[in-house]
Amino acid sequence: MRIALIATCLGDALFPEVAKATTVLLERLGHQVVFPADQVCCGQMHVNTGYLTEAVPVVRQHVEVFEAADFDVAVAPSGSCVGSVRHQQAMVARRVGDTALADRATALAGRTYELSELLVDVLKVTDVGAYYPHRVTYHPTCHSLRMLRVGEKPLQLLRAVQGIDLVELPGADQCCGFGGTFSIKNADTSSAMLADKVANVVGTGAQVCTAGDASCLMNIGGGLSRGDTGVQTIHLAQILASTREQVAA
Amino acid sequence: MSTFLGIPRRHAAQEESPLRGALPFPKAARRELANDQLRRNLAHATSVIRSKRALVVDEMPDWEALRDAGAATKTQVMSNLPALLEQFEANVTARGGVVHWATDAQEANRIVTELVRAQGVDEVIKVKSMATQEIGLNEYLEDNGIAAVETDLAELIVQLGHDTPSHILVPAIHRNRTEVRDIFLAEMEDAPADLTDEPRRLAMAAREHLRRKFLASKVAISGTNFGIAETGTIGVVESEGNGRMCVTLPETLITVMGIEKILPTFTDLEVFLQLLPRSSTGERMNPYTSLWTGVTPGDGPQNFHLILLDNGRTNALADQVGRAALHCIRCSACLNVCPVYERTGGHAYGSVYPGPIGAVLTPQLTGMHGHHDVNSTLPYASSLCGACYDVCPVKIPIPDLLVELRGRAVDADRGRTIPGGWDAAMKAAAWIMSDPTRFAAAEKGLAAGRLVAGRDKKIKHLPFPGSAWTHTKDMPAPPKQTFRQWWKETHHE
Amino acid sequence: MSSRETVLGRIRSALAADTTPPPPIPRDYIRVGDHPPGSPPVLELMIDRLVDYKAHVREITPDQLADAIDTALTDQRSVVLAPDLDPAIAAAAARSGRTLTTDGTPTVLTPAELDRIDAVVTTATVAIALSGTITLDGGPGQGRRAITLVPDFHLVVLHAEQIVHTVPEAIARLDPVRPLTMIAGPSATSDIELERVEGVHGPRTLSVLIVR
Repeated sequence: MRIALIATCLGDALFPEVAKATTVLLERLGHQVVFPADQVCCGQMHVNTGYLTEAVPVVRQHVEVFEAADFDVAVAPSGSCVGSVRHQQAMVARRVGDTALADRATALAGRTYELSELLVDVLKVTDVGAYYPHRVTYHPTCHSLRMLRVGEKPLQLLRAVQGIDLVELPGADQCCGFGGTFSIKNADTSSAMLADKVANVVGTGAQVCTAGDASCLMNIGGGLSRGDTGVQTIHLAQILASTREQVAA
Repeated sequence: MSTFLGIPRRHAAQEESPLRGALPFPKAARRELANDQLRRNLAHATSVIRSKRALVVDEMPDWEALRDAGAATKTQVMSNLPALLEQFEANVTARGGVVHWATDAQEANRIVTELVRAQGVDEVIKVKSMATQEIGLNEYLEDNGIAAVETDLAELIVQLGHDTPSHILVPAIHRNRTEVRDIFLAEMEDAPADLTDEPRRLAMAAREHLRRKFLASKVAISGTNFGIAETGTIGVVESEGNGRMCVTLPETLITVMGIEKILPTFTDLEVFLQLLPRSSTGERMNPYTSLWTGVTPGDGPQNFHLILLDNGRTNALADQVGRAALHCIRCSACLNVCPVYERTGGHAYGSVYPGPIGAVLTPQLTGMHGHHDVNSTLPYASSLCGACYDVCPVKIPIPDLLVELRGRAVDADRGRTIPGGWDAAMKAAAWIMSDPTRFAAAEKGLAAGRLVAGRDKKIKHLPFPGSAWTHTKDMPAPPKQTFRQWWKETHHE
Repeated sequence: MSSRETVLGRIRSALAADTTPPPPIPRDYIRVGDHPPGSPPVLELMIDRLVDYKAHVREITPDQLADAIDTALTDQRSVVLAPDLDPAIAAAAARSGRTLTTDGTPTVLTPAELDRIDAVVTTATVAIALSGTITLDGGPGQGRRAITLVPDFHLVVLHAEQIVHTVPEAIARLDPVRPLTMIAGPSATSDIELERVEGVHGPRTLSVLIVR
């Protein structure tokens, strides 16, 4: 299958390992990955901060770049970016009266998937041949859980990973406090939410906390790091991309 | 001596009211977050009610179908509101009730005061009601020499504690049992001296305290959960029996009802009497529900007055997106699951409507008057985690409304001479993010972040506004190579 | 302009921009339950719900009714009744030397007078098994709302066929313009730390006899 990668702006700039792992994983599974080079951002940060008008050119850029690309389905290793593509892009276009752009965004959203959705629903695979010999806990990010309803899919994928010791995270469905610019605008409340998430992660005894969103992991990881907990954060794609050969090397 | 230079002008829209606090949400939240006892009380209470609700919702095989019916009913109500209100008014009047209309809080308060005065009393009993809190009725009555006695246990705790409610359903949720006992001992003249903090003992003390008032009061004031257009029936849903006391024993009953509380038909209760109790107290049914239509000769109050209240509801109605907030049936399920509410409590919102629904309802009732208006900060009091939508019995898309209202808060500020830092930052970001060349250039600039990182590749201090992040958590150093650089190196096409 | 016209005018102008009519109301929820009124599973569910609310409940046959009323009222010395209550129920309530007062005969009792009476015995209109709810509508044997509110003990005599499975079945049986009181267990509060305490202002004890 020809799969277009949405690297996400945050992934491209700050967490390239996540997009790399997604590429490596999909190529290992025998698919062709394409990266429309002019892509930038889905517009979520602007939308969620209230700059809906400013989001329109960002959305248009996304739609135009991916419309021009040749692929079967698009994937982003991010629940919130896919949530934005599916749930917000058409809304902001419609809000400024651009129904044509809204329709185009809706059509594109129809073939855009979050990574676990792509693997389980489209590619019909749960065992991706990964090896990851660590104690891991999984945080289901809010937008994966409630906007996309990915449900058990990421856990199905993780359970099939060789060597993994997967432990349940108490209060897993509670928000980590990130919320994009919420973490800046309401930093005190955000930090209080994060403190509880960090305590729950540490309480599991896991070495690694994983999730399907680099942004939430940046938040959780920032708290784990500041607290000198020794717990690392790593994106789901990186665990799935990890192999016995790679670990041995 | 008439120089007022330097004295800040008091913005009319900034005045404190039951719908508007003194501080913007982030500042008020900081104040509340510093109270460890409050956070423990809230964490305990919200977790108890969350699990109770989950149990009684999960046992309903048709819960989603009930939500769909509830949501569609409310949508219909809003679009047929004028006809439904006229039908409702006609039916209440035909059954012996008197209907009044109030455009705002001031008018509603004045009508109630005149009605109470006409009965020649200076004390009234009250059933817990959000509508009367919203209009500040108790304070208005007090200013006019009329004592309003709250009879719901939690409202009594709030009233005796000279406090304000912090939750729609459980207004004293921020208090634990020991605090309640201390309030009763200090403020309730007939509280037993050996009162313990056992909830049963506290409830019995409230029973004794209020009993005399129930039996002797001539006038009661209530809100309402439902008004049925087809029949003129009013419904009050409660637990303690204080509501039954108020709507049954006094000679005169005055009910204040928001115009959005209408349901078209009596049959609609088959949906809402299932959705409301399970969502609010986590019970299959609340202990008591009273339904009455006008005046019943020989049974209950023989004078019944109904006040239909606008007070900003038509502002909300005018917005086709935002009006969904009027669908709210005040169950408060969204408060109990909200991670923001759970940490800050209700007082941080500055409005009688706190939590996620408050963050979308309050600014619509009052309007948002620029960035100096504290209510402009309410739509941002959410991480958009979406838990509120999942539990809403009438499927109000609260996250979508929050986003829409943020958009309106931003729009309301457009064209002002001094844009906030956010304005400049967001406009610059949009300029960068709508163009790949500009974005690649910005990424090069970001690489400078590596310089401020420590040897562990962590950034521990960023300048404002990044400092809001690094105050409590680290920021990873930007990588040596962006993804698109890696792609170019590894994927030659 | 009157406030009525102002408010209605504001509403009409708020709705003026609406173009599409709202969608119809889907009613895919369960309206009629799996079990007919008064059937054993419905009674079992009703009893389970009432017990869960800390109500006292007994299932009896018609010939056990008088004794059951007398037993249920063991600790009650005075009882108030509606004037049109079944005389057999009234006679049973009068056993063991209890004082009976009939509301409205000769005078309508004041709240203070009702407060001096221990208990009330009534029938009911309809009950809902799924939510453990009993509804009174002031019909025969039920009296004014005040008599089931002020005394501290409420004994309800329910007939099996009055108990329906679902909420919609019950709503369909009600007359909206009668004064309706729905009761699910004794008075209760959860206002302190969300811990449920049974018995605040309404009757602190609810006792139910289900006649099969």
